Amino acid sequence: MSPKTLYDKIWDAHVAHEADDGTCLLYIDRHLVHEVTSPQAFEGLRMAGRKVRAPEKTIAVPDHNVPTTPDRVNGIENPESRIQVEALDKNAKDFGIHYYPVHDVRQGIVHIVGPEQGWTLPGMTVVCGDSHTATHGAFGALAHGIGTSEVEHVLATQTLIQKKSKNMKVEITGKLQPGVTAKDITLAVIGETGTAGGTGYVIEYCGEAIRDLSMEGRMTVCNMAIEGGARAGLIAPDETTFEYVKGRPHAPKGAQWEAAMEWWKTLYTDEGAHFDKVVTLRGEDIAPVVTWGTSPEDVLPITATVPNPEDFEGGKVDAARRSIEYMGLEAGQKLSDVEIDTVFIGSCTNGRIEDLRAAAEILKGKKIKDGMRAMVVPGSGLVRLQAEEEGLADIFKEAGFEWRLAGCSMCLAMNPDQLQPGERCAATSNRNFEGRQGRGGRTHLLSPAMAAAAALTGRLTDVRDLM
Amino acid sequence: MEKFDKVHGVAAPMPLINIDTDMIIPKVHLKTIKRSGLGVVLFDEMRYHDHGGENEEFVLNKPAYRNTEILVAGDNFGCGSSREHAPWAIKDFGIKVVISTSFADIFFNNCFKNGILPIVVEEEHHAILMDDAHKGENARMTVHLEDQKITTSDGVEIEFDIDPHRKHCLLNGLDDIGLSMEKEHHIDKFEEHASQARPWV
Repeated sequence: MSPKTLYDKIWDAHVAHEADDGTCLLYIDRHLVHEVTSPQAFEGLRMAGRKVRAPEKTIAVPDHNVPTTPDRVNGIENPESRIQVEALDKNAKDFGIHYYPVHDVRQGIVHIVGPEQGWTLPGMTVVCGDSHTATHGAFGALAHGIGTSEVEHVLATQTLIQKKSKNMKVEITGKLQPGVTAKDITLAVIGETGTAGGTGYVIEYCGEAIRDLSMEGRMTVCNMAIEGGARAGLIAPDETTFEYVKGRPHAPKGAQWEAAMEWWKTLYTDEGAHFDKVVTLRGEDIAPVVTWGTSPEDVLPITATVPNPEDFEGGKVDAARRSIEYMGLEAGQKLSDVEIDTVFIGSCTNGRIEDLRAAAEILKGKKIKDGMRAMVVPGSGLVRLQAEEEGLADIFKEAGFEWRLAGCSMCLAMNPDQLQPGERCAATSNRNFEGRQGRGGRTHLLSPAMAAAAALTGRLTDVRDLM
Repeated sequence: MEKFDKVHGVAAPMPLINIDTDMIIPKVHLKTIKRSGLGVVLFDEMRYHDHGGENEEFVLNKPAYRNTEILVAGDNFGCGSSREHAPWAIKDFGIKVVISTSFADIFFNNCFKNGILPIVVEEEHHAILMDDAHKGENARMTVHLEDQKITTSDGVEIEFDIDPHRKHCLLNGLDDIGLSMEKEHHIDKFEEHASQARPWV
């Protein structure tokens, strides 16, 4: 048998039907649902008199719209947000799917709740009407975002119409330097490949620096595969994965666990398997990075300066000029001189316990700069609880951070957590698009430790100077 | 879904690369539970001033392009989120074809589900089409799906590729779910097999 990549193996195990032209019906093991991209899909089912084919494989949680302030127990003030969440409440009930409502302690960002509850397992196919579904690839699951029509298709048939993508390998060799994290890896890769570099591919991340990452770190890396244009990101499961999964509420138990392990241990890329594209970075070469522009590919080490648009080629010249103007920066300006007024720690990229630990480590016993607006939005109610038990919440609060309830929050600013025009935010989230965190708002993407450092000094800061 | 045949109309130029889904439709407009009515907020933040009122500089606000049916856009169009509100807004505005050198994967898929034809062309052809789009109202392009051909206002013909299954669905206005449900016995069979092979799922 010819050698296969990890992607080939998972794909082959899920093809329910293949047409002559290669169009496949790919079976979906887990379908995650949230309130923003699902109402029209459920409506479509109702209109056609269709049912959810596999409600036991469908999990819903509201996250995008929910306020993260303590007063949310009194209900959601914004009428449109409230209607979307109420629609999800009703749809979950009517169609009999698993549901974590707003008041449930397990509620949180769908991509944090799925793994936390053991819904996401190695070798699975996982989809959600959200591009950051790529996160679940950290488990060696084939996971990607879909549109609402596809959400409806999966609800009705438990399959997706797909053609196979190409294989791409991203290898990070060696060890990371102190102060460099999973977020720096994933941003550095996008800086190297560009936001369209992964278009048409599924990426497998490998190499010593990836192996050394915790599950939290691996989720951060895979989460941003979509920002590199890839359909999905994957990391082969290993002891770190199995250790994380074992004992989770929906993970297999007893004999089922043993059977699952037997298969999971075969989930790796065979020696000699073909990759259509290979990118290699040396772990030692990756520095703590920040973004300067309005595309996630606009990545530079914190020690660098804002680039000159003329240094680029083709369409990027105009795009860089527009970005720099929008961001209120000047070519040649040192990134470490850029002053910020807001810090956001959270999101499906960096809202897990390890992220909060990394930020708290920098903040311990210190105060954030006067006038700084800083918030921590844990990725789930359980992350929040754990952070409180570990004393992290106290560190954040004493430093001057707001300590919020779980949700997507200022990552996409659909709830009240938004930037005002001209405000500049150091954010641990995943997109720095124009207006992403609020109309006219300016976003610099970075790691949780770098975000904490920025909160202390009031400007983009090399975290290594504070270590 | 409406059948897609031929589009003959004005094409609007948007040469900016990496036009993302937040630009196409900002999140404030994702709070709807309907698919319709989003055309007025297409490209909202570029199209209107902060205080309201149209930005005259924006291409779709120029008299020549108000009824545009074709968009010629820069590379990596539609990158970012999976929000299908982006193609819903494009369709609702009246745009039926988007042409670029590349598209983000999820956006590209979403277009076909909504009767929009996204066309990928080579850079040299893209430059010809972008020039043609800049000519405005008097320059009408024709996109012919059956023949897989774009004809510029000067009569230059450019061929394009499209997945045969997707072409068939667009031409006939077919609903994916209906088609897939016809293969239900394959799904049943797969489930039966998978429940043996991977009972923990």
